Amino acid sequence: METLIFGTFEQLSEGLEKKQFSSVELTKAFIARTRAIDKSVKAFLNFDEKKTLAEAEASDVRRSKGQNLSKLDGVPVGLKDIFAEKGQRLTCGSRMLEHFLSPYDATVVKKLKNAGAVLWGRLNMDEFAMGSSSENSAFQVTSNPWDLDRIPGGSSSGSAAAVAAGEVPLALGTDTGGSVRQPASMCGIVGLKPSYGRISRYGMVAYASSLDQAGPLARTTGGVAALLQVLSGADPKDSTCARVHVSDYLAATRSSEGKKWTLGVPEEYFGEGLDSEVKSSVEKAIHFYEAQGCVVKPIHLPSLEYAIPVYYIIATAEASSNLARYDGIRYTYRSPRAKNIDEVYDQSRREGLGEEVKRRILLGTYVLSSGYYDAFYGKAQKVRRLIHNDFMRAFAEVDALVTPTSPIPAFKKGEKTSNPLAMYLSDIYTISVNLAGLPAISFPCGFTGNGLPIGCQLIGKPWEETTLLSMAYAFEKHHPFNLKIPNL
Amino acid sequence: MTQYEAVIGLEVHVQLKTQSKLFTRVPYRYGAEPNALVDEVVLGLPGSLPVLNKAAILKTVQVGLVFGCEIAHQCKWDRKNYFYPDAPKNYQISQFDQPLCRGGHVEIELEGPARNIQGKHRKVALNRIHLEEDVGKLTHLGQTSWIDYNRAGTPLIEIVSEPDMHSSEEVFAYLKSLVMHLQYVGASDCDMEKGQLRCDANISLRPQGTTGLGTKVELKNLNSISGVCNGIRHEVNRQLHVLKQGKAVVQETRRWDADRSESFVMRSKEDAHDYRYFTDPDLCPICLSEADIQAQKKTLPELPFDKQERYLRTFQLPYTVTSVICPDKRLSDFFESALSFYAKSPLGVANWIANDLLRELAAEDMHQAWKNLKMEPRQVAALVELVDSGVISKQSAKEIFDVTFRTGEDPQKIVKDKGLEIAVDVDALKMMCGEIIDAFPKPAEEFRAGKEKALNVLKGQVVKRTQGKVPISEVDRLLREILSQ
Repeated sequence: METLIFGTFEQLSEGLEKKQFSSVELTKAFIARTRAIDKSVKAFLNFDEKKTLAEAEASDVRRSKGQNLSKLDGVPVGLKDIFAEKGQRLTCGSRMLEHFLSPYDATVVKKLKNAGAVLWGRLNMDEFAMGSSSENSAFQVTSNPWDLDRIPGGSSSGSAAAVAAGEVPLALGTDTGGSVRQPASMCGIVGLKPSYGRISRYGMVAYASSLDQAGPLARTTGGVAALLQVLSGADPKDSTCARVHVSDYLAATRSSEGKKWTLGVPEEYFGEGLDSEVKSSVEKAIHFYEAQGCVVKPIHLPSLEYAIPVYYIIATAEASSNLARYDGIRYTYRSPRAKNIDEVYDQSRREGLGEEVKRRILLGTYVLSSGYYDAFYGKAQKVRRLIHNDFMRAFAEVDALVTPTSPIPAFKKGEKTSNPLAMYLSDIYTISVNLAGLPAISFPCGFTGNGLPIGCQLIGKPWEETTLLSMAYAFEKHHPFNLKIPNL
Repeated sequence: MTQYEAVIGLEVHVQLKTQSKLFTRVPYRYGAEPNALVDEVVLGLPGSLPVLNKAAILKTVQVGLVFGCEIAHQCKWDRKNYFYPDAPKNYQISQFDQPLCRGGHVEIELEGPARNIQGKHRKVALNRIHLEEDVGKLTHLGQTSWIDYNRAGTPLIEIVSEPDMHSSEEVFAYLKSLVMHLQYVGASDCDMEKGQLRCDANISLRPQGTTGLGTKVELKNLNSISGVCNGIRHEVNRQLHVLKQGKAVVQETRRWDADRSESFVMRSKEDAHDYRYFTDPDLCPICLSEADIQAQKKTLPELPFDKQERYLRTFQLPYTVTSVICPDKRLSDFFESALSFYAKSPLGVANWIANDLLRELAAEDMHQAWKNLKMEPRQVAALVELVDSGVISKQSAKEIFDVTFRTGEDPQKIVKDKGLEIAVDVDALKMMCGEIIDAFPKPAEEFRAGKEKALNVLKGQVVKRTQGKVPISEVDRLLREILSQ
């Protein structure tokens, strides 16, 4: 069973292809694993075993007729509880949507179904994707599989933890300011945030529309590439989803053997607040690339210091509007105490939304208010452009930037819950990437002395996911951290 | 005593007639089962996203061109944020600072001194026209409120005039012209009862002869054209009364109650919403090239006031007729089509259309009547020709019109079936035909020699001699009879 649940995507896909095991056998292994350990990991909010096994059976039938749909056919995939799946609960980690069943499929869910993927479970998250630790989930706190007393990162907490713990081989998360990369880094797996517009947002519940992007998580770059392959491409239901060429990511990842890239190291990312073990681990990764013949250059991103305030203005402004629909009138939680329309709004939102979500709605409402708009939202949009320009200037010289993913490894549960600003800082290296709409990948590059994973981030040019996957794979081949398994 | 002048601006919301809603493929139609015309986008369910319906943009561009607006080459979508159950997302997708159309004007025709005399024309300046999504409809029954989201998401244009009108008569003419033009380009049916056109008015008073603007009051819930006029007249008098008492008009929004002919305060200036407009991140900006705009210009029909002028110039039609036919494109299209079958008597054709056809159509629901209309333009043409050529009397023509209108049967057939030809003195006619043959021996000879066309010359002479008051078919028969002897 261990070989199955900790197998790489390639091993699982090949095993199905060669009929070494069936999709039902594979799926049952992950279900059993989940049943055995999720009480302590708490990655899953919901699952529907019958539904999932029926999908696995259907996959086996297809395969027996030689009609398998893709490399993903029969492979279990976990979904962050933010993707609409017809007939399934869609809570977004919020009391507000605790009982909401989605009547339709997100485009990514449709694409996964069309590829034959077996959808296993709804994974925990910070409420409405606002958070970095899962501690903002209304339902449970997910544990880091490497140290159950610590958080797994967030907001795609369940997605990262479930993959790391061997409960599902592949998972889908969303990344608005680092929510795929930061938990991937803290859980020792690979996570990719694609270019803005690479994957359809239709059916992915919005937090901050101009920053949100779905992203794959897996134990290796191969799994991430395979998922990205299936999920990418234009969608007539999402006007912000781009008509841009989609490569064969899995093949491209493998075909860049011995390539000599130019890597930029932004000095701003290695300053104050960076943990020394994280720093030395990432520097080792940089030396590795140098040793492989890559050119490494120092780079400056002067606007970067504004990334956090700009992010918290733009993201919260959009969120204040996006989340207005959760109002107690239609399909959400409604306060039983409300006696009139104003109370329905007030009480339902007061009781149905968590502290962090309310904090961001208030902040967003404030920065959009008449009289404050120009000073906050209008100014933030301009600085956002400057941040983008900084990156594009850098990309005139280099193929990618290499940085730590998170300044610190996984922290203890409860350590930062009373200090939102400290929590915000754990996304300091990832946030600017969303503001600029760029692709970025986080891959494991080492462990701390007490056995916590460390992630390295590569930031690429728009639409250049292939380069990032190739670079990460080049490292992964020589550093098989995926063979290291958490003790659970 | 200071004399005051009213200054009035209108905000008119018009539902666009498109196949589907503004941001999703669901259609809209009035009177459907509540909440039947919805999907996840209309309801704003978690995760749903809007996708623009291009047809709504093109229709708005057409409307803008009709009113001579400047069409934006680039504009964007904004979210207007406010909490109310009629807005499923608690924001409305609208256009705030970059409307699709700017400026322009609506030409209006004021009432003339008499029914048969055309009134003065003037231009009312427009500020802007923008596109937005409509909201749902609330119904309050006792302690319960019901929401119907069928209407939500329907494309709605807001036509904002400058404060450029000064009386309820001008407002009436403005709305009439607006409706006429919007119907002309097929942008909307503008049925106020179905909520396809809704109107708010901004009203202020200023001392006669000054140019500044007084404190304005916004008047809402003006649900019919007469309601608009009554409401405005009432508000102007109310403000006049306030000013004459030496008090100041308070800036506020008032709701017109047509049943009580009174208005009530809805909210004061202090309660004004902060809509927190910002660019909708789910939608891309709209980009229109000059070629796109020109292409829409080409789709525009001749506009009603231009048509009215042309009918007067080319056909010498009187105002009493043009004022009926020109405002309704269906009537003027019908007229021009009939004219293509029989061009000799534009007035005769126009009269039938402006009087008889319109009366019959208006007898029931006009829209339905047009849909079911059996009578064709060529049949009206034939009817006029039958009268002109003396085959039938005007009296019979009325009878034939009714039958054709009801059954769609051709007038010629009805004439034959019912024997409605004007009785002819066959002997006298035969004698006349004989005389003509004698007087024109050459064509008679040619006909006898087999030249069929030569008969037309003889027929023409008979028609000329009788001033057309004879049935041509009978003349034809008699000439052949004599010539074959």
